Amino acid sequence: MINAMGISKTIGHKTILHNIHLHIKPGQFVTVFGPNGAGKSTLLKILSLVTKPSKGDLVIDGKNANNFADEIRKKIGVISHNTFLNENLTAKENLLFYGKMYGVTDLKDRIFDVLHQVGLELSMNEPVRTFSRGMQQRLAIARSILHDPAILFLDEPYTGLDPHAIQILNNVLAQLNADERTIFLITHNFEEGVNLSDRILFIVNGKIRYDGEKTAMSKDDLKNLYLMKVKDTA
Amino acid sequence: MTIHNITSKGRFHNILAWATFIAVSVSIYMIFMWVPNEKVQGPVSKIIYFHISSAWLAFFAFFLVMVCSVAYLKTRDLKWDVIAYSSAEIGVLFTTIVLVTGPIWGRASWNAWWTWDHRLTTTLILWFIYIAYLMIRSSFSEEEKKARFSAVFGIIGFIDVPIVWMSIRWWRTIHPTVVSSGGFAMDPRMVATLLVSLLAFTLLFFYLLQKGIFILNIKNQTQIIKQKITEIR
Amino acid sequence: MNFFSGISAIIWKDLKAEFRTKQLLSSMLIFAVLTLIIFVFAFDPTKDVVRQVFPGMIWVCIVFAGVLGVNRSFVSEKQNDCLTGILLAPINRTAIYYGKTGGNLIYMAIVEVIALPLFAVLFNYNIPAASIFPLILVVFLGTLGFIAVGTFLAALTSNARSSEILLPIILFPVMVPVILSAVQATGAILSGAQTADWVSWLKILTAFDVIFLTVPVLLFEYVLEV
Repeated sequence: MINAMGISKTIGHKTILHNIHLHIKPGQFVTVFGPNGAGKSTLLKILSLVTKPSKGDLVIDGKNANNFADEIRKKIGVISHNTFLNENLTAKENLLFYGKMYGVTDLKDRIFDVLHQVGLELSMNEPVRTFSRGMQQRLAIARSILHDPAILFLDEPYTGLDPHAIQILNNVLAQLNADERTIFLITHNFEEGVNLSDRILFIVNGKIRYDGEKTAMSKDDLKNLYLMKVKDTA
Repeated sequence: MTIHNITSKGRFHNILAWATFIAVSVSIYMIFMWVPNEKVQGPVSKIIYFHISSAWLAFFAFFLVMVCSVAYLKTRDLKWDVIAYSSAEIGVLFTTIVLVTGPIWGRASWNAWWTWDHRLTTTLILWFIYIAYLMIRSSFSEEEKKARFSAVFGIIGFIDVPIVWMSIRWWRTIHPTVVSSGGFAMDPRMVATLLVSLLAFTLLFFYLLQKGIFILNIKNQTQIIKQKITEIR
Repeated sequence: MNFFSGISAIIWKDLKAEFRTKQLLSSMLIFAVLTLIIFVFAFDPTKDVVRQVFPGMIWVCIVFAGVLGVNRSFVSEKQNDCLTGILLAPINRTAIYYGKTGGNLIYMAIVEVIALPLFAVLFNYNIPAASIFPLILVVFLGTLGFIAVGTFLAALTSNARSSEILLPIILFPVMVPVILSAVQATGAILSGAQTADWVSWLKILTAFDVIFLTVPVLLFEYVLEV
């Protein structure tokens, strides 16, 4: 589904990512760990076509990112710790805007569906300004799945979420995972999300330091392995 | 780039330094000792050799900024940004010289410091555009953003110059100018002096440009070394 | 097709959000009128000489009010990182520029429709019916040029910490041809000059508009990069 071939990113004098090779199969749930400033978010921005890599090729769903950027973007959804929501608009208007940008058909029905999924259908005409952080984040989840993406990228989605919102996010992820959607999750949180994932990556200093199946590894083992890898490269 | 080849200036630098020195000396000799004064204006006419040469260099410098800006956006190689920055600084310096020498000459020959003559006015706007370029550079701290945004503005600014020139010229022709530029009878020796000073200033430009690039490279190198040291710690 | 639906979606969203608070529009309008009133205090409006510089005054008011609006167009997208949300969408980068330009143009049109007749009233300016259409044309072309280059540069400065200081400094020298041509053309039309006297200014304005609506096609993606 995602095929990154030798991706590097240099910003100014600093190389953020060194020659990343990554192949993610359709339906795979990949979780990425790494210290701050390791290049995780930059990698996510490149894979979600917000930024171009300095070097290397990116093929998503069999299409080269250089030539078919807009086709690929239609298949991508992103949840970040930022909500990408306009606070002066209502929940419904925000989704209308993004739905138009993605050319979603049957938009009104689809908006009701996703709002129902995150439990916000009763507040859909309230301005986002009045929402709690948890509600905003739930709306952001609705926004990211509005156009029914085949790939979902998540960048620290658990930051500042209340338990209820975490539960909703995990339900959505489980649902997407069951639907064979590809999921790419960046987190610091060893408790959440990991349960669902089938592959673990560690990125330290712009390089992939560990890449393996999650099977038969306890959370503590995973944590210890991670700390070891980070220490090794430091 | 190793530290060595950045800190050694190379033979080219020395040749350029000597060539500039000789050319500038010759042109100064020609301007002050050899060339006759313009009949009407007298000794003040000598200022045009500096004025015109500086104006030519300023335009050339800004042209170079535009070329390097395009090259930077295409290649993302910071060396182009260094040249563009250095060139812009020198361009602003020479534009300032034009703006200072213009009124001095104007005061003597037209009896007015500032005339809103279309050439002088365009130069003033040009000065503001490239001051803006330098302001953009100082507004961003990250190397990459600084380079990218100033490159975009370097292109926009240069595209704008001909339109500024045209609009100001039409503006001045509609409002009759108080003083006309007047005739300036050029003696062959004056033409020769002007050409020599153009050459001298061009060499001076490249000398300053190389110096500027050299200093910026050392600065960048220091930054990189500093960063490496903090990373090792 | 995507291109135009993207443009209209951005304009729709910006107008919807703006009309909820009307904060920006009311500030622009009040600022435009305040600037004119300060001119009135600075120069006596009953003198004939002052009436001659009326075209200059109205353009200064338009431009100052416009900078307020243009400055917000990308800074407002910083909240919740909305710009990244827009960049993720499957629309061309240039559509974002045209969407924002369109939105700003509508704000300016609203401000001008209210402020310009008011200015004429405050200065007791009798505008002959024949010159109304040329005036609208000049105001449109001038505003378009100002917004075209202003929106582009606002996207550039929105990344800086002190964008509201940086934008006027880099925008005003670049838009010298717009202000010059617009003021001259407005002056010529108001004084009842012949068409030939102001049509050349319209040509410069049109050239400026075309150039600065085209250049972003090539350069805007570099400004939006993150």
